[in-house]
Amino acid sequence: MAELTTLDVAVASNVHDGDTVSMEGFTHLIPHAAGHEIIRQGRRGLHLVRMTPDLVYDQLIGAGCATRLTFSWGGNPGVGSLQRFRDAVENGWPQPLEIEEHSHAGMATRYAAGAAGLPFGVLRGYVGTDLVAQTTTIKTIECPFTGEALAAVPALNPDVTVIHAQRADRHGNVQLWGLVGVQKEAVLAARRSIVTVEEVVDELPAVPGAVVLPEWVVSSVCEVPGGAHPSYALGYSVRDNAFYRAWDAVSKDRQAFSDWIDEHVMATAGFGEYRELVGV
Amino acid sequence: MSESSGGVRGAEPPVGGWTTDELMIVNAARRLGALAAEGKRVCFVGIGLPSTAANLARRLYDPQPVLVYESGCIGSKPRSLPLSIGDGELGETSDAVVGVPEIFAYWLQGGRVDVGFLGGAQLDRFGNINSTVIGAYDRPRTRLPGAGGAPEIAASAGTVMVIMRQSPRAFVERCDFRSSVGFGDGPGDRERFGLRGGGPQSVITDLGVLVVDPATCELVMSAAHPGVSREQCVEATGWELRFSEPFGATTAPTDDELGALRRLQAA
Repeated sequence: MAELTTLDVAVASNVHDGDTVSMEGFTHLIPHAAGHEIIRQGRRGLHLVRMTPDLVYDQLIGAGCATRLTFSWGGNPGVGSLQRFRDAVENGWPQPLEIEEHSHAGMATRYAAGAAGLPFGVLRGYVGTDLVAQTTTIKTIECPFTGEALAAVPALNPDVTVIHAQRADRHGNVQLWGLVGVQKEAVLAARRSIVTVEEVVDELPAVPGAVVLPEWVVSSVCEVPGGAHPSYALGYSVRDNAFYRAWDAVSKDRQAFSDWIDEHVMATAGFGEYRELVGV
Repeated sequence: MSESSGGVRGAEPPVGGWTTDELMIVNAARRLGALAAEGKRVCFVGIGLPSTAANLARRLYDPQPVLVYESGCIGSKPRSLPLSIGDGELGETSDAVVGVPEIFAYWLQGGRVDVGFLGGAQLDRFGNINSTVIGAYDRPRTRLPGAGGAPEIAASAGTVMVIMRQSPRAFVERCDFRSSVGFGDGPGDRERFGLRGGGPQSVITDLGVLVVDPATCELVMSAAHPGVSREQCVEATGWELRFSEPFGATTAPTDDELGALRRLQAA
């Protein structure tokens, strides 16, 4: 049963120190506001999970919230490296980051297995790559019907999955559309979930191709307009590509990064203030 | 890198000339157009250079390649180049948008992709790609973004095309990390691994074109761009580069090709 609440309350009740946290969004609908709130509340020791950790995970890692990352591609899409992620892996700053590395197909298979209540998922993948030797959660199994060797990867079942969506109704039923990524699987695989939405409406008009998550699979729904920035919500906002480009310089320098977090996250009361600050 | 006649590496295009990046992108688009004409139309596109070349091919050739992006976009027809694989433009101009588990499971693994179009940080003589780390995995000199969708694209696409700038740092004897498999350590490895796709058949660089020698599974230089010498190719390659016989030359980009590329990049 979804609770309509504020983001600070949703994070306080659903995200705890040491949790395995998945914040999904494949370029579109990335839950930046929720990431900021996790930093603001000072969570520590998180095991972050995501196919495409980008700026919000760079911020969480650089702010010292995470000790472990499970992922398949960690970069600034279209721009280059993820500087805080690199600094953590290359230099252990601000603390060492243990990594568990997969491919996109493997991560998607792991979420789907988690959502389906299976202990593992199967795919044709990884064979011949050096990932097999580095990642203990990649195994080979034999197909019981054909004898073929296939890759097996364990289910992902996060303690909490956090996503952003276009809208919800007053009962907490959630609707998202456009590039829907792996969000449905990530929510259904998780024990708890937080969904931030652009708006809460009386009725959810049907949208072709939309994913609907019924209120009984969502823990908390929070209205946070623009809560994906600098990512976007189709129909509400466009991707702030200039912000992604500018992030490279901010994140390259430890002090510049820390100053940015202090000013934009720690010194703001919420995402509304942050949006005023960055002028979006 | 020295200048070549007609082209200037990494610089703004001179009047009436072209950059070596433009040569590379135009030649990659030509190859995609040729594959589409053979009926290999469906192209799984990585972001950056592959996306630029694939979108150029869509503008130049009939039949057009069908662009598939890992963000779940099938049949994308973006009006301007996307910065990321998930820009709104990609989704809004697609024939269909599906979830990420589906794009990898049903469409790529299911054998629906004709051409996988990849880039990378390092490439070795057997077409294996590194996009993970420079240096040792546990103590990397440079931590790169990682494999992303590439391992399964390289494994499952009917054929693989690679686009990369050619330099001794990038074209190496052995990749520091094997993120995606080309031909492994040589003949027989793809079969041994059970990989269903055909592997990398061509590599388009800013110096020319490499193709795979079916006997040795080694990438050999088959053509150079206008004004590029064999010596330049050898110097830019970290393994003992072989040349196919006869060794060819790509034709200079036409005004139509350059015009279409520049309009695309300005859009």
